[in-house]
Parts: sequence; C-alpha cells; structure tokens
Amino acid sequence: MTSLADRLRTGLQVVLLCVFSSDSFAIEYDMRAGVTDLSQRVQGIHHMGFYVCVVVGIIVFGAMFYTMFAHRRSRHPQPAQFHESLTVEMIWTVIPILILIVMAIPATLALMEIEDNSNSDMTVLITASQWKWHYQYVEADIGYYSNIATPQDQIYNLEPKGVNYLLEVDRPLVLPTNKKIRFLTTSKDVIHSWWVPDFAVKQDAIPGFINEAWTRVDEPGVFRGQCTELCGKDHAFMPVVVEVIPEEEFDAWIADQRLAMALASETAVADRNKEWAMSELLPIGQNTFISHCATCHQTDGMGQGVKYPALAGSDITTGNIEDHLNRVMNGKEKTEMQAWAPQLTDLEIAAVITYERNSWGNDTGDVVQPMTVYSAR
Amino acid sequence: MSTHAPAESKYRNPILGFAARWLLTTNHKEIGTLYLWLSFVLFFIAGALAMLIRLELFQPGIQLVQPEFYNQLLTMHGLIMVFGAVMPAFVGLANWQIPMMIGAPDMALPRLNNFSFWILPFAFTLMLSSLFMEGGAPNFGWTFYAPLSTTYGPPSTDFFIFAIHMMGISSVLGSINIIVTILNLRAPGMTLMKMPLFVWTWLITAFLLIMVMPVLAGVVTMMLTDRHFGTSFFEAAGGGDPVLFQHIFWFFGHPEVYILILPGFGIASQIIPTFSRKKLFGYHSMVYATISIAILSFVVWGHHMFTTGMPLATELFFMYATMLIAVPTGVKVFNWVATMWSGSITFETPMLFAIGFVIMFTIGGFSGLMLALVPADFQYHDTYFVVAHFHYVLYPGAIFGTMAAVYYWLPKWTGHMYNERLGKFHFWVAMIGVNLTFFPMHFSGLAGMPRRVVDYSLQFADFNMLSSIGAMLLGTTQVLFLYIVIKTIRGGEKASDQVWEGAEGLEWTVPSPAPLHTFETPPDLEHVLNLAHDLNAEGPGSNE
Amino acid sequence: MNETPRYYVPDSSIWPIIGSTALFLTAFGAASFIHQSTEKVAAEGSYGEPIFYFGLAMIAVMMFGWFGRVINESLKGMVSDLLDRSFRMGMAWFIVSEVMFFAAFFGALFYARVISVPWLAGAGNNLQTHLHLWPDFADTWPLFMTPGGTSTEAMKAWGLPFINTVILVSSSVTVTFAHWALKKNRRTALKAWLFVTVALGAIFLTLQVVEYVHAYTELGLSLGAGIYGSTFFMLTGFHGAHVTMGTIMLLVMLLRCFRGHFTPDNHFAFEAASWYWHFVDVVWLFLFTFVYWF
Ligand code: HEA
Ligand code: HEA
Ligand code: HEC
Ligand code: CUA
Ligand SMILES: [Cu+2]
Repeated sequence: MTSLADRLRTGLQVVLLCVFSSDSFAIEYDMRAGVTDLSQRVQGIHHMGFYVCVVVGIIVFGAMFYTMFAHRRSRHPQPAQFHESLTVEMIWTVIPILILIVMAIPATLALMEIEDNSNSDMTVLITASQWKWHYQYVEADIGYYSNIATPQDQIYNLEPKGVNYLLEVDRPLVLPTNKKIRFLTTSKDVIHSWWVPDFAVKQDAIPGFINEAWTRVDEPGVFRGQCTELCGKDHAFMPVVVEVIPEEEFDAWIADQRLAMALASETAVADRNKEWAMSELLPIGQNTFISHCATCHQTDGMGQGVKYPALAGSDITTGNIEDHLNRVMNGKEKTEMQAWAPQLTDLEIAAVITYERNSWGNDTGDVVQPMTVYSAR
Repeated sequence: MSTHAPAESKYRNPILGFAARWLLTTNHKEIGTLYLWLSFVLFFIAGALAMLIRLELFQPGIQLVQPEFYNQLLTMHGLIMVFGAVMPAFVGLANWQIPMMIGAPDMALPRLNNFSFWILPFAFTLMLSSLFMEGGAPNFGWTFYAPLSTTYGPPSTDFFIFAIHMMGISSVLGSINIIVTILNLRAPGMTLMKMPLFVWTWLITAFLLIMVMPVLAGVVTMMLTDRHFGTSFFEAAGGGDPVLFQHIFWFFGHPEVYILILPGFGIASQIIPTFSRKKLFGYHSMVYATISIAILSFVVWGHHMFTTGMPLATELFFMYATMLIAVPTGVKVFNWVATMWSGSITFETPMLFAIGFVIMFTIGGFSGLMLALVPADFQYHDTYFVVAHFHYVLYPGAIFGTMAAVYYWLPKWTGHMYNERLGKFHFWVAMIGVNLTFFPMHFSGLAGMPRRVVDYSLQFADFNMLSSIGAMLLGTTQVLFLYIVIKTIRGGEKASDQVWEGAEGLEWTVPSPAPLHTFETPPDLEHVLNLAHDLNAEGPGSNE
Repeated sequence: MNETPRYYVPDSSIWPIIGSTALFLTAFGAASFIHQSTEKVAAEGSYGEPIFYFGLAMIAVMMFGWFGRVINESLKGMVSDLLDRSFRMGMAWFIVSEVMFFAAFFGALFYARVISVPWLAGAGNNLQTHLHLWPDFADTWPLFMTPGGTSTEAMKAWGLPFINTVILVSSSVTVTFAHWALKKNRRTALKAWLFVTVALGAIFLTLQVVEYVHAYTELGLSLGAGIYGSTFFMLTGFHGAHVTMGTIMLLVMLLRCFRGHFTPDNHFAFEAASWYWHFVDVVWLFLFTFVYWF
C-alpha cells in the first residue's frame, strides 16, 4: 500500500503536472475512447459538448473579466445608462438554439444506433443481485456467478492493494470478438446498473423487467467496470470484468465450460455420496465463509451493528440444524440475507454450516453432510 | 439576526420572554431570522457529514466508516443540504426581504408563517433521530429509489417518510404565504413588472413548490403503503414498476433543483446592478426567462433516468427538452454580463460572491448540458462527473447565492457593517476551496469513478485526495463565515439606511437596522423611489 | 394616505407552535406505530399508538383554537377586504397543492395502465421481459391476475359507484344553492341546503364503506391485490379522506350558520368549504372515469 506521504507527493505532482505540462500527464482524466465504434463516437460527442462549452465559456467569461477590468469604478466612474435591447436579446436567444441543434444531431444519430438491439449474434442474460452478477449465455445455456475477488484484507488496509484493486472478479464474463452481443439485464433484488466504460454500455438492472443493450468488440482484451446504481452496503464492491477473446477461441471456451459443468456435477455427486469428516469440511467452510459471508457477518462471525446479526452464539447457528440449513439455503425474504442454495454447491453449503456451527465459540460439534443439503433442496 | 426588543413583553422572566418571543412570533423578520439560523445549523450538520465522507474518501480502502454507515452519511448529507440548508435559507431570505421589497407590513398570513417555520425543526429532529435508531439511518441516497428504500429499507425509513411529509407541509404552507403576499400585498404602484427580481424569482419558486411538494408527499406515501400495507406500486410482481418511483420522484426532483437555484438567480439580479451602478439589463427578458425555466422544468425529469431502459422516443424527448433549458438560462447569464458591461463596478463582498455565483454556476450549467446528451450520459451517469455537476450548481450556486445575500442585506438587518476585509478573505478562500473540492470530481468521474461508493480503485486516488483537501479548506471557511456574521450582529461600523450607494428598492428606504415593523401603512412608491433615486444621482462615492 | 391601518398584522400566537408539536407527535407516533405493529416488537405493545392518537387530538384542538380565533376576529370586523383576499388566495393555492397530491396517484394509475402492465406483458421494447420473466402474464385492465399470480375481480362502475357519483354531483349543486341563499340572505334556505349537502356527504361516505366491504369480502379486491387494487384503494381512499374533511368543514359551517355567522358579503369560510367541496367532487369525476369506468 502506498503510504500517506506517497499519496501526498503524487497529489502534488498532479497539481504541478496540470499546471506545467499536459502531455506527460499520465493518469486518466478524460472519458476513455473505449474499444467499440460506439464508445468512440460517444467520446466524440463528449468532446463536442465539452469544446462547445469551452468556447461559449471563453466568450462569456472573457466578456465578464474584460468588463470587470475595464469598467471597474476607478477606471470607469460614470456608469452607462442603457438597460434594454431587443436585438441583443434576440441574438443571444437564437444563437444558443442553433448551437444546441448542432449538438443534438450527432447525439440523436448515435443514440438511434445504441438503441438498435436487433440482429444480434448472441445473447447474455445478466442478472444482478446484491452484490454479484450472474451471467447466462442464453443460446449455449450455461451460466455462472461473478463475484468480487479483492480480499477483504486489502479493503481494510491490512494487505497491500493490488493493481486491479476492487476491479477483479473470480469469473469474468467471456465474450467473442466481432459479434454483435446483446445484453439483457435484470435483477433479483434492488436496482443495479451494469457498466463497462470501454463499451460505453451502462444499463440498469431492474427487478421484474429486462433491459437491452448491445456491443461489438473488435479487439481481444480485459475490460473492467463497476455497478453504478446504489444497491446497498457493498455497492462499491460489485465489479464487472469482461474478457474478450478471439472469436475462434470462443467456441472452444464454451465447450470447455460445458465440460467443466459436467465435471462439476459429477464431482457433486461424488461429494455428496461421501461421508465427510469435520476436519475436512472446516477449511472448505472457512473459505466459503470468507468469500461469500464475511462481508456481512465479518470474518470473526460478530456481524455488524444490529442489521447484520452475529453468528457467534446466535440462536440459529447453535440451535436446530434444520433452521440453520433453511436460513442459509433459502435466505430470509426482504432482507439482505439471500438464498444461497442456487449459488453454492451442496458441499460448500454443508461445509459453511459446519464451519459456522464450530467456530467463534460455537461448539455444537455438529457435522453437516452434503447429502443432507442435497435432500433439503 | 436583529436585536430588537420584543414588541410588548408580557413575560417578566427573561427566559420565558425569550422563548415566547421566538416560539410565538408572527413577525416576518423574526421568522426570517429563525429560518436563517435553522438553515445555518443544518448546513453545518450536513457539512460535517460531508467532511466525514471526504475523510473516508481521502485514500482508497476503508479507514473511517463502514460501508453501511457511509451510505447513511451520504443520504443524510444530500437530504439535509437540499431540504435543510438551502430551502430554509431561501425561505428565510424571502421572509426578511419580500415584505420590505414590495412595501408590505408583513407576510399575508403571519400565523401560518410561524407554523411553516416551526414544523421544520421538528421534521429535522425526526429525520436526524434516525441516525441513532436500530438499523441506522436511511441508507439509500437522497433519491431513495425503490426497492432499495421500500423492500430493503431500514426500519427508520418510516421516520424518514414522515419527516418528508412534515417538510412538505411546511414548504407548501410557506409557499402559499409567499405567493399570496406577493400577489396581494404589494404597495400601490408596485405592479408585477416593477417588482424586484428577487421577488419575481421567489414567486415562481413558490409556484414550483406548490406544484411539486405534494407529488413528493404522494410518492413517499406510496413507499409507506408498499412497505407496510401490501400495495405494489413499485413491484413488478404486482403489476407496478420500480421505475415508476423514479418517474414520480424526478417529476418532483427536477423542479426541485430549480427551486434550489431560482432565488439565487434573483439575488444575483439584485446585487449585480447595485455594484455595477447600472440598472439590470433586460428586466423583462429576465422575468420571461425565469418563467420559461419553470415551465420547462416540468418536462425534463427523464434526464435523470436515461439508463433505466426508456424507449428511444422518450429519451430523445427528454434530451431535447433538457437542452432547451440552456436557452433561458443563457439569457440570464448574458443579461448579468450586460448589466456589468460599461457599469462602474466595485467589488464589495456581496458582489464578489455574486460574480462567483455567475461564473461557477455557468460552469455547472455547462456540465449539465453535457449530461443532457444521452449517449454521453450513458458514460457520465452515476459517476463523479454528475457529483461535480450538481455541486457546481449547488454550492457556488445556491450557497454562494445565499452568502451573497447575507452580506448584502446583513447591514440592513443588523444595522452594522460586516468586516469587509474578512468578507473578501472569506470569498477568496471559499472560491479556492470550492474549486479544489469539486473540480477534480469532473476528472475522476470521466475516468470512471462511480458515485456513492465508500471505496474506489487506485487510479482515482489522486483526484480524491485533492478533493478531500479542498473540502477541509471549504469546511474551515464556514467557521469563518459564522464568525463574521456573529461579529456583525454584535457590533461594528454603523450602517447607513441606504447601505450601498448603488442600491435601489424599498428596503433601502427604511432605517438600518430595519425596525420590527416596516410599512405599516403602504409607502408612497413614487415619492420614496424618486427620493432614493435623487440620493443616487448625487454621484458615486457618497457612501465611503 | 389613509388614517386607519390598511393592514392587520396579528399578535404573536400560541396555536402554530401547538400545531407543529402536534404534527411532530402524530408523525413520530405514526412511524413508531407502523413499524412496531409489524415484526417482533408487536409483542411488546406499541407506545407509538397512543402518541399518534394524542397528536391527532392535539391537531384537532389546534384547529379548533386557531380557527376559533380567526372567526372571532372576523366577527369583530377585523378582517379587511385585503385580508379576505389573502384568505381566498391562500385557500385557492392550497387546493392547487391538493390537486397535485392526487396527480401523483393518477400518474401512478396511468403509468400502470399505459406503461408498466403492457410492458410486463411484452409491449414496447419489453418482449424479453415477458419471455424470460413473466411468460404467463397477459395484459388486462382491470388487472385480474398480477404477474405474481394474485387474482382479483373488478369493481363494476354502474352499481354503487354510479350512485355515489350522482350523490356527489348533486351535493355540489346543493352547496351552490346554499351559497345563493346566503348571498340573498335567505337564512332558512341556506341552512336547509347546507344540511342536505352534509347529509349527502355522509351518505356518500357510508356507501363508500359498503363498497370497500364488498370489495374485500366478495371480490378479493384489496390493497394487496396488485397494482389495480393499490391504485383503486389509494385513490378512492384519499378521496374518501378528503370527503370526510369536506363534510366536517361543511358541518362546521352549518353550525356557524345556526349561530348566525356569515353575512351576504362576508362569508369567506363558507366559500372556502364549498370550493373544497367542489374540488373533491371534480376529483371524484376523474376517479369515476378512470378508476371505475374505463
Ligand atoms: C441547482 C440545481 C441544479 C441546476 C440549476 C441544474 C441545471 C441543469 N442540470 Fe442538473 N442536476 C442537479 C442539480 C441542478 N442541475 C442535481 C442535484 C443532479 C443530480 C441528482 C442526483 O442524481 O442525485 C443533477 C443531475 C443532472 C442530470 C442527470 C445526470 C445523471 O444522473 O446522469 C442532467 C442530465 O441531463 C442534468 C442536466 C442539467 C441541465 C441541462 C441544467 C441546465 O439548467 C443548465 C443550464 C445552464 C447553462 C447551460 C449555462 C449557462 C448558459 C449559457 C451561457 C448559454 C449558452 C450555452 C450553450 C448553448 C452551451 N442535471
Ligand atoms: C445544497 C446542496 C449541497 C451542498 C452545499 C453540498 C456540499 C458539500 N458536499 Fe455534497 N451532496 C449533495 C448536496 C450538497 N452538497 C447531494 C444532493 C448529494 C447526493 C447525495 C446522494 O448521492 O444521495 C451530495 C453528495 C456528495 C458527495 C458524493 C458522495 C458519494 O456519491 O459517494 C460528496 C463527496 O465528496 C459531497 C461532498 C460535499 C462537500 C465536501 C460539501 C461542502 O461544500 C460542505 C461544506 C460545509 C461544511 C464543511 C460545514 C461547515 C463546517 C463545519 C461543520 C465545521 C467543521 C469543519 C471541519 C471538520 C473541517 N457531497
Ligand atoms: C448481504 C449480507 C449478507 C450476506 C453476504 C450473508 N448474510 Fe447471512 N444474514 C444477513 C442478514 C441481514 C441476516 C439477518 C436476517 C434477519 O433475520 O433479519 C442474516 C442472517 C443469517 C443467519 C441467521 C442468524 C440469526 O441468528 O438470525 C445465518 C445462519 C446466516 N445469515 C448465514 C449466512 C451464511 C452462511 C452466509 C454465506 C454463505 C451469509 N449468511 C451471507 C446478511 C447476509
Ligand atoms: Cu449493484 Cu450497485
Ligand atoms: Cu434534473
């Protein structure tokens, strides 16, 4: 982690750079051009808007500063008397209208193209929930969750922050180049917004409705964005990562995913037919807990405030296993405690429950088997 | 802020007397004072929350506040600034000035006036108390979008809803009073087209308030029933739509942002002519521009919702309508410049703030115009670029406007001149602070930093640090302002009745400090204004 | 210019602060009550409830005291023409604000009918919404079956609602008769017509209650019956609340008539009440058209 002094020094450098040179100014400060035709057009519109404003600004502020200088009392003791002129009023009504029309044209054209979702080559259904994305390849019928991968310790300044701090996920969305890809966005709980600046795509994910957007990327690469609609506590921790791979590789990738899914279900069968020992479950449970649960219930199981209950010594984690299973698998309606059954494997759920029941002073000694979870589904 | 003795004190006990005076008063000046102090206190509270926000954002990582609490801070900051700091400040100014400017003895409905004010402290008590409640304060942003605020809102949301109801009642009653005062209590000869622009802008602001505050009340009522009585306004499963919330909210919300600026326009239109020693350029077009802005403001709300999946035609409509607002607003800006043009300008503190207002507001307006371009808004929306936009129109707009007004009229209210050197110093530090705080936000927004985040990735670190440093500076200036105001109330150079040699208007014909009751009989407009005019004609410099 | 003060500026008054305290207690009580009555706190009983009722009572006291004082001033002839105009304008703008309150709910109604329900069924650019999320949902209004599967029956327009329309429209006519009578100083006719108006208001409200019971018990039409039920009850409910207010106002006017208040050219309060009554009438016509009929 950079120290405070370092930061201050960079801060100072930025100021100096702003003042003295513009081309060695390395950090980002403008809207990026992005990697699609549309994102570049959007940047063009942004620049157009910006320069129009700069020019109008120079004229208006120029006139103001001139008059402040030339007509200050010491130089201009006797004020003029005029206070009306229909002509100039007309001029400065009509000219802005013309400027606005000129600005509206490219914006309209670009917008019409942005909103044209027809003729797409493939469709991805993006379902948001607090605070992760689920990507479903509609035609290929595969889907998976994408969670933030930045460790809590980096966020809490206990570890140095990585380059892609907060902008990294466990499984990125993978897309092919040169295909018109249609995104359908929706949400399971509150409104989120899926944004990839490099594609100039920002689309709200609204529970109960589906919005459409599209992109076509020519170059492979990794593109990062974030959720941009306040969606609760971890709104800041809901990154979007898209990996664009050459179109030739994409089919192979899909096939791989298929294979992996088949494998995973085989493992799942094997896992649930196995009788697990507590010592085997605990490490798996701990990992699951840290990556999925700790953001609310905290690593020490103490929860946060009144809203996020402590699991250490709670009635549910030390009580009836049935209730515990039910709460974790089905969540609780209308709270942030969501249903984990669709998101985690039998083994993970079994492990995390075992872990919860035997940590932080909860020593029920209970071991929950994946089979139990499976039959509770 | 005046120091009059109560008109006739029935109470021997000084504490009881004091309480009775301020609790029961029906005097527009006293009520104005109450409004101004309340707004000042709430400004400090909301500002202190902003300081916490900025401290947390000083560096990447979570240092000071937990994400959950951060969201509460930001919600409270936004809500209290908008409803607690700016609106009451403007109503306070309206209370003090409108009767004096139109030659009325008081507001039209003085008891109602007291009622409108005293609802507010209670409403904000209710709102702020939620910070100490189980589950914390509202945490869904000042725009409280459903379903984050309905299904997922903390228990204190209900208190928040009722607090909004109370503020709504207060605003509507206050606005009724202002409209009626302006329409009914003008001194003979004070025709509508002779009214000072501050009065005009407030007339229109009050109209906007009456039109939109009830809509806000409606939408929070729907929230309440969705939360507790099973309705499904904002739930797709019942046939409603979360986006319906946004439509209703922004139908209120967009006119609301003009409510937060129009009185500021009025203030600038009072101050700039005074210190340019020249009549306001294009009075009529100023009035028509204000009216156009108000009308247009009802049909642009969709520009806050471009990413919600509206159909193309709707997006285009809202884009064009929004862009159109730049025209009347431009007319105002150009008229202010034309007013200064070839004047005889001096730069006392009110003028500095007014000029700062015009320049900085225009910058904020420019970024607003950029936001209106839908394709670009897809990139700007919900990033710090928006935060930069609205702080430019709100801080150097609404707050600078209020401060300009306070410096301008404080001598009239207290009978004392403020300390000019300190005032100027305040202005320059504030100017640096504002720009240092909010200008870098344009950059971090364009570079891709979402708003309403407690933590950000490393490439935004430098701009955020700058903003935070600026914010601390800006915070400090508020303390300076408080000091200057208190010092002026307690004493200082005696102010003349005219106060500013270039000033025109009825308020300058009454003594400084303005006595508790002014214009108990309507002034003879012709006579009074001619008198004032003659005084002016004696030439510049008579006041120094 | 003139000797007598043109303006009347009242002394300081105790009622506003009582009113704002009352409002605070009502709001605080209601908020506590509402979320205490749900969830686990219910068991502990609600301190919100008594506070809420106390607040309401205090508001009633405030109104009684405040209006009483204004009435007294008016009887003493302290109300100048100017003040009378202020009152009138104030009332008119207040009604404008009420119109906007209803506008919010009508807006929700139109949005549901024209936008959200068709969209959920796949209209406009929402085909995907229909296919992926609500494949079984069909667009009807009244919404017999919500996307989530709650069903209800529609309230028919030509039964009770139509009778209520007739009642309310006639009451608007009778209150105008009363006004004419007042202007011609025919006190008996005034009282009679006013009484009829109040009675019609009361009948309207009674029928409204009957209708609600019918809706809940027989039609399955409730607040929870989807957006149709939501808009139905919120609109008619708030309208009903306003009719109640209006009826009380007119009742007070009736009592004041018996006390001999009002003269042919000084009766602002009466007019305010009758304006209000016309306003609730007009709202009802919109309701009848868009909630029940079409
Ligand atoms: C005082 C408050 C105020 C004012 C006056 C304005 C004024 C304007 N605003 Fe702003 N706005 C806000 C407060 C305000 N806004 C707030 C609080 C938000 C965020 C809400 C939230 O999400 O929390 C917001 C958000 C916001 C958005 C949504 C952004 C997003 O979330 O994606 C948009 C989009 O169009 C917008 C546009 C405009 C425009 C076009 C104006 C115009 O009125 C500006 C007109 C002025 C000028 C243009 C400058 C002067 C003119 C000239 C010199 C004439 C010549 C100029 C040209 C022809 C270029 N505003
Ligand atoms: C009139 C309106 C107004 C005003 C004046 C301000 C003033 C300030 N605001 Fe803003 N702000 C909003 C309205 C306003 N704000 C709104 C509507 C939002 C959106 C909320 C949302 O997203 O829902 C917002 C959001 C917002 C954010 C974005 C948070 C986020 O998206 O995550 C930030 C971040 O920096 C910020 C900062 C500031 C700062 C530093 C000031 C400063 O100008 C404040 C200066 C004032 C003081 C500092 C107070 C006085 C002094 C003291 C209390 C003494 C103590 C001093 C020190 C400790 C130094 N505000
Ligand atoms: C987004 C925040 C969040 C996440 C992530 C989360 N929970 Fe929860 N959890 C909650 C909340 C909020 C409650 C309280 C619900 C209520 O009763 O109101 C809760 C309650 C619980 C309870 C019941 C505790 C009690 O005593 O009431 C258990 C057990 C639990 N969670 C386990 C888990 C497990 C296991 C995971 C991860 C797989 C997890 N939670 C992830 C928010 C979360
Ligand atoms: Cu998801 Cu913000
Ligand atoms: Cu707006």
